[in-house]
Amino acid sequence: MTVGIVMLVHTALDRAEQVIRHWVAADCPVVVHVDKTVERAIYDAFVESLADLPTVLFSTRHRCEWGTWGIVAASQAASELMLRTFPQVRHVYLASGSCLPLRPPQELKRYLDARPMTDFIESATTADVPWTVGGLSEERFTLRFPFSWKRHRRLFDRYVSLQRRFKMHRRIPPGLVPHMGSQWWCLTRRTLSAILEDPDRKIYDDYFRKVWIPDESYFQSLTRLYSQHVESRSLTLCKFDFQGKPHIFYDDHLQLLRRSDCFVARKIWPHADRLYEAFLNPDGRSVAEAEPNPGKIDRVFSKAVERRTRGRTGLYMQSRFPNENWENGVTAAPYSVFEGFTELFEDFEAWLSRATGAKVHGHLYAPDRVMFEAGQTTFTGSMSDSAALRDANPRMFLTNLIWNTRGERQCFQFGPMDQQDISWDISKDPNAQISVISGAWAVPLFQLNRNFAELRAEAAQLQRIEAEHLRALRSPYAKARVRIWTMAEFIESPMEALQSVVDQIGTKGPRRLAEVPRMVDLAGFGQFLQNLKNQGMHPYLMGDFPVDPPLKNQPPAPRKPYLVK
Amino acid sequence: MGFFQSYGLRLQRKRWRIRARRKARQLSVVSDNTAGVQPDDILVFSTFRNENVRLPYFLDYYRRIGVSHFFMVDNDSDDGGREFLTQQPDVSLWTTTGSYKRARFGVDWINWLQMRHGHNHWCLVVDPDELLVYPFCDTRPIRALTDWLDASSIKSFGAMLLDMYPKGRLEAARYERGADPLDLVCWFDAGNYTISRNGRFGNLWIQGGPRARKFFADEPERAPALNKIPLVKWDKHYTYVSSTHMLLPRGLNLVYDEWGGEKASGVLLHTKFLDTFGKKAEEELARKQHYANSHEYRAYATGLIDDPDLWCKWSEKYINWRQLEILGLMSKGNWA
Repeated sequence: MTVGIVMLVHTALDRAEQVIRHWVAADCPVVVHVDKTVERAIYDAFVESLADLPTVLFSTRHRCEWGTWGIVAASQAASELMLRTFPQVRHVYLASGSCLPLRPPQELKRYLDARPMTDFIESATTADVPWTVGGLSEERFTLRFPFSWKRHRRLFDRYVSLQRRFKMHRRIPPGLVPHMGSQWWCLTRRTLSAILEDPDRKIYDDYFRKVWIPDESYFQSLTRLYSQHVESRSLTLCKFDFQGKPHIFYDDHLQLLRRSDCFVARKIWPHADRLYEAFLNPDGRSVAEAEPNPGKIDRVFSKAVERRTRGRTGLYMQSRFPNENWENGVTAAPYSVFEGFTELFEDFEAWLSRATGAKVHGHLYAPDRVMFEAGQTTFTGSMSDSAALRDANPRMFLTNLIWNTRGERQCFQFGPMDQQDISWDISKDPNAQISVISGAWAVPLFQLNRNFAELRAEAAQLQRIEAEHLRALRSPYAKARVRIWTMAEFIESPMEALQSVVDQIGTKGPRRLAEVPRMVDLAGFGQFLQNLKNQGMHPYLMGDFPVDPPLKNQPPAPRKPYLVK
Repeated sequence: MGFFQSYGLRLQRKRWRIRARRKARQLSVVSDNTAGVQPDDILVFSTFRNENVRLPYFLDYYRRIGVSHFFMVDNDSDDGGREFLTQQPDVSLWTTTGSYKRARFGVDWINWLQMRHGHNHWCLVVDPDELLVYPFCDTRPIRALTDWLDASSIKSFGAMLLDMYPKGRLEAARYERGADPLDLVCWFDAGNYTISRNGRFGNLWIQGGPRARKFFADEPERAPALNKIPLVKWDKHYTYVSSTHMLLPRGLNLVYDEWGGEKASGVLLHTKFLDTFGKKAEEELARKQHYANSHEYRAYATGLIDDPDLWCKWSEKYINWRQLEILGLMSKGNWA
């Protein structure tokens, strides 16, 4: 007993010929269906080129347009011819001209011999599959589709909506449960002849003639009526992309295809010389009884689909530029923003870098230049420290920085003296972890020895800017993880606050802080604020600061020495 | 887009086509080998001036990836490049002494040649110092890409311009005729590009790279545009609007995904910054035939005298397309 190949061909006839000869050499008869759109002269030449093979027959030609009945009619005609002419055929394998056998036909025959009653056809009910592209699943079977989707798209769509509007439903023939699946099957003579010789065949044919994409449902549904044993998978390896068109295999897939142990793969690029060379000239390699294992190829292709539909988070580039809110995440990785910390602590940046191991930048959005870590003039990705370049697109400056440093946590300082355009972007970014000591901008002013009138004006300005920024952080649109302390709150218990900040970054695991940064000397700060108030400016962002605060940073009183006796 | 805007763009497209016909009178044919062009050949269109030293490698590179015919416009070269090209059987050559600038930087000439010869072909418009890199270009010829684009009903393929530069002074990168320029200029900026959208034509506008970093740090808005759409399944009704940055009809400019996914894209490796650059910049500055009053060349001239090194410690060394893919400069999209 053997397997017969029904082959549907429409282009790359030279490749089809090669494959046909390969099958015939292994005693597998082949019935070829050539699409009616192929020119007569080309068809005749093709028939002529295969004239030396007595077990290659050509069936009546139909027009096979995608999604129409023609493909089913072609498969029926060719299968009938096959069953009638070659009694030694027990399984019929439906293949296309761009299918390539990956394992020797002998192995396929042995495999089928061991499973003489099994029909290999992917077949599932519409409710259970996510495959449908274009929004028609159930309706494929309940609406009529007399118009071509490829050529008369508008008519097709109009007629569908018309039927929906007037609830025009077709009756599915009794007893038939619509199933769908890959159009490439391998059926037993028993099942196939039962389908083709069914007295009700005309009813089914008439019904499926107006079903949408009948080649994915005709045999898939009818097999369920007759088969003793359906194995719902296709022996042909065929992957589809997100638009429902098959992925194509090239020379560089050779190893992947070899390892898949599948019997037949589709669809092969006609110019993939190395693939045809490798698989049509068996080199004695044999995997004997191996089960087909397309897992690895599945992963490669599903990754490709994911890349096309979801893309890489945080990447903005020439072929990925999402509309707002379609980014799947604004930035590529979590990062931390610190506001008011460098003002309050003398060596905050160095300390933070030691405590967390993260890259700690200065004020990235400083007005005169970008303060990259360690005062560098360029940074990863050749980013420039020019403020003008950064301000040309502050948002992309940030997304670039985070994308370029994937795998390394970034921290930077921010404050009301910086360029503020980024304010809303960071507050809306779930990757941002923002810690604010509000009002700390007053500390450098307090340390400056300048005309008080100037200081007052500047304090008012900075307070206004920071208040605006805090509004963004507290708005309902904010998605960042935000902690805001007033300065008064913060210096009540700075250790706790610092610990929580470091824990959130979480690069070094939970650990008590071994050292703390040194706080600037705040003696007289309360009085400074009072002076501002006395001048009529109301500094409120730092919280309630007593005129003489308890000084937290004083060295602890020396302990009494232990006495050792 | 409203009716009037849409109609305005249609008129503009027609205007560029008429202009291309008018400017075509400046072209005179030197060698015409177009009879050998087959219906599904992939074609290259290119304008050049005094690029003799680059031409052999340029032709080789594109022949190797599967380009079948070259349509070249020589803008008044005097370095023997024209004579070299007349000996090539797969090159059809036109020459002109017309103004590069007034042919809108060569776009009018190329538009006309494409109108005449590019219809229904995949056409690649590149300069002699631009080398196209696309996904899988080390294992698949360009026909694999165009077949896949055809099967996916995609008509245009974007490839951003990536400026390549040597480490050290440009004068030290001595280029030999026929050699691979990437052996000398193998460094690039990996992640300092900014993008904005052009609402009228729908294309992206990309700036950045070493030129922005080095020459335009004070006026970034004048930095050169790096977005390009060089590979198009041409129809005689299409036109390039400004260099290969954008096209009409404007649907062709949509080479990027707006809903979070990635479309397939490539990169044009720009090997301009060789030892030949200094001389070229001087010459172009004198001819005043470049964009925005040759502002770019003026910036180079001053920038290069002060500090001729484009390299910085974060520069990335070019390995292959996969590296560019990982860095996010190009994408495989759903081609696998």
